[in-house]
Amino acid sequence: MIYWNSLADFLAMGKHGLYVWGSFIVMAALMILEPILLARSRKSLIARLKRQYRAEKLDNHHPPREDNP
Amino acid sequence: MSDRLFNWYRFASPQAFYPLAGRMIPWFWALAALFGIAGLYVGFLVAPTDAQQGEGYRIIFLHVPASWMSMFIYLVMAFWAGLGLAFNFRLSGMMAQALAPTGAMFAFLSLWTGALWGKPMWGTWWVWDARLTSELILLFLYVGFIALQSAIDDPRRADKAGAILALVGVVNIPIIYFSVKWWNTLHQGSSVNLAKSSMATVMLWGMLLCALACWMYSIAVALMRVRRIMLEREKDTLWVREELAREAS
Repeated sequence: MIYWNSLADFLAMGKHGLYVWGSFIVMAALMILEPILLARSRKSLIARLKRQYRAEKLDNHHPPREDNP
Repeated sequence: MSDRLFNWYRFASPQAFYPLAGRMIPWFWALAALFGIAGLYVGFLVAPTDAQQGEGYRIIFLHVPASWMSMFIYLVMAFWAGLGLAFNFRLSGMMAQALAPTGAMFAFLSLWTGALWGKPMWGTWWVWDARLTSELILLFLYVGFIALQSAIDDPRRADKAGAILALVGVVNIPIIYFSVKWWNTLHQGSSVNLAKSSMATVMLWGMLLCALACWMYSIAVALMRVRRIMLEREKDTLWVREELAREAS
């Protein structure tokens, strides 16, 4: 079923290893990096909002908007 | 108003969409992983070599899905932007904003994998021909959309300006798609269309599975990003406060 005879053949990709793996690695890296960065920015946003809400509770000058559509 | 219509409108509000999106994200990740593993298995391990291009042709399993997604995400982004312009739904602008970075990433990946495919097959990383140039313009349209939106502080105005840019840019999509027919380009014609495919079945399956993986990935990432945008834009509303109070972490 598997086309390759050896791991070395697979890695060499004929003479095109540089091009095939250069494509694969960059695409895989970006598609792994994007969700990680998103998850991190979500965490920091939530932390920032929670700090903001606590600060507002303390001085109570900015009550939450109630006219939520 | 019928119940069905009512439900449809209900999920058009960020408040209702936020938890729904949160529940859908893990499923789309699971599907993306499943299709991705299957597609890479078929494309990189099972599919035989190509008679003309040797092993270098395997870039097709990355290049074609990335290129398809870069064009498709643009259409979806422009659709949401247009919807927002016409009906002023709050969700529309957020969806358009959430899709743009992922679309830009796929446009970049299309150019990157294309360059790495062009070098061994055509002997050059880049030519200024119709297909390659119009895809580069697509990347610039995404970058322009992101830059324009982030330059305007008021989100509603940013959405409107972005929407006009996105809608005008739609003209580029058929130009990319048909460029290989309309002009003489170095780029090969499409291997797949609705009527027939010039590819071997195994190769076609590998490509379709990889494309499905990219599709599921895009939905998962866009939902993640739209949830972040919702929190940011609606941070002064009661529902965001309640939502964050509920999420213990």
